[in-house]
Amino acid sequence: MRIEAEHLTYIYGPGLPWEKRALDDVSLRIEEGEFVGLVGETGSGKSTLVQLLNGILRPTSGRVLLDGVDLTDRRKPIWKARLQVGLVFQFPESQLFAETVAEDIAFGPRNLGLSQQEVSKRVEESLLKVGLEPALFRQRSPFTLSGGEKRLVAIAGILAMWPRVLIVDEVTAGLDPRGKRDILTRIKLLHRNERATVIMISHDMDEIVSLVERVVVLKSGRICRQGQTTEVFSDEESLAGCGIRLPTIPQILSSLVKAGWRLPVSIFDVREAARLIAQEYHHGTV
Amino acid sequence: MALSDVVTLGQYIPGNSLLHRLDPRTKFLAAITLTILLFFVTKLTGYIFFLVLFLAVVTASGIPLRFLLRGLRPILFLILFTFIVQALFSQEGNVILQWGFLVIRDAGLWKAFFMSFRLTLLVLVTTLLTLVTSPIDLTDGLDRLFSFLHVLRIPVHEIAMMMTIALRFIPTLLDETDTIVKAQISRGAPLDRGNIFRRLRGFVAVLIPLFVSAFRRADELAQAMESRCYRGGEGRTRMRAMVLHWTDLWTALVALALGLVTLAFNWLAVP
Repeated sequence: MRIEAEHLTYIYGPGLPWEKRALDDVSLRIEEGEFVGLVGETGSGKSTLVQLLNGILRPTSGRVLLDGVDLTDRRKPIWKARLQVGLVFQFPESQLFAETVAEDIAFGPRNLGLSQQEVSKRVEESLLKVGLEPALFRQRSPFTLSGGEKRLVAIAGILAMWPRVLIVDEVTAGLDPRGKRDILTRIKLLHRNERATVIMISHDMDEIVSLVERVVVLKSGRICRQGQTTEVFSDEESLAGCGIRLPTIPQILSSLVKAGWRLPVSIFDVREAARLIAQEYHHGTV
Repeated sequence: MALSDVVTLGQYIPGNSLLHRLDPRTKFLAAITLTILLFFVTKLTGYIFFLVLFLAVVTASGIPLRFLLRGLRPILFLILFTFIVQALFSQEGNVILQWGFLVIRDAGLWKAFFMSFRLTLLVLVTTLLTLVTSPIDLTDGLDRLFSFLHVLRIPVHEIAMMMTIALRFIPTLLDETDTIVKAQISRGAPLDRGNIFRRLRGFVAVLIPLFVSAFRRADELAQAMESRCYRGGEGRTRMRAMVLHWTDLWTALVALALGLVTLAFNWLAVP
């Protein structure tokens, strides 16, 4: 599904003492099957932007087109179109409410008016997609799960609606390393196997470079930089101007370059970086 | 629109106006005076004077009137309901409109108007108090003001503390409700469409997570307080001692005088 955002502006509390222009004339185009990273400092408008993309917020001005259908058109009932964009909110486990995991995941599909049979099929399938064994988890209470498992169940609840775009907002925040790895692996597989369009918000640049193809950097409600991941993360200075630091490996490489080593900066793979550093150490000019 | 834009009660807007700087005790007593006054006023001139007085206070607070009025939206229904009941079921005065069994009398209409006016102002005065007083100040003020009840073995400090916590968490819980509502709508919850029964059913999906998180928050807060050795008001000293200034005395005197003037306006004037 192609997403086009045209001149999106969003103002919180217009006319109030704390009026805030969260987004300011943002235009963006995301093609079918892309994996896009959305980064920026806290308060740069990332979460507002994705809530506009799934129609839960209406822009103050501008519009959002999903495959050419205007999501901001007040005259049309858009709730079904909107559900094609699955948004996993920050700390999505706080939305779990049903008595069993299966019931909770079934909430979305039921709201779509699907048959009981179709609903249970989707519950099984979504559990498998997030890597939870249905037989083990189906009947458990969501409140007895670990933090990482809860979050996977919450994601399954979104996947069960078969969204054509998946948006995840700081999906690994507050999880242990293993929980993080599990979730990122699942999202990567979803993108690769189902050709799902994925938009990922994250503060962890290492996470971003290990997954996404294209990055959009927001600063104070405007697009500060965008482009291919390797390209955006090779320019330390302009990135710093957007309030973003390099991922760990490019940071190390960049420090070495400043110390006189001759190395490329935009390498994100540990092994590759280690090989280059070793090569330079043995044969280089240092 | 976020819920916290709609419900203004319990929110605090920091500022540096005269009202913000007053001692919380003065503000609290002034608000009480205004409220009591509201029930003594019965004539049109009295109401007009009261309204002018209130608007002057609002101007002095620097809070936009528009924002204050937003606070009425949640109770708009109640105000309308009061108005309609009073207008329709009053048995006094002359009939001015009759339509089937519905009878509207002039005295009833007056009464309806005054009752809704009272209700409106009551909410506005209370809202204004919380808008210009930080929750901490408000509790400290109440705590001190009613500390004499301690001799009657009434746990004044504990009650004041509970009240602040409740006030403090209104905006937090509203924001949280907002997020959960959004999350469930994103899962197709019929909260913003369909008939009332469908919508109500959808609300279970909001209420349960909200309760779970409210309990979790309460638990965390209790732990945080205990880990700082909080054990009620006994032997507790304050970081910021409250001192009454001359402005407080003047405000109290002016409030008292204006109260008397309002009553005078009310009694002296023609109905």
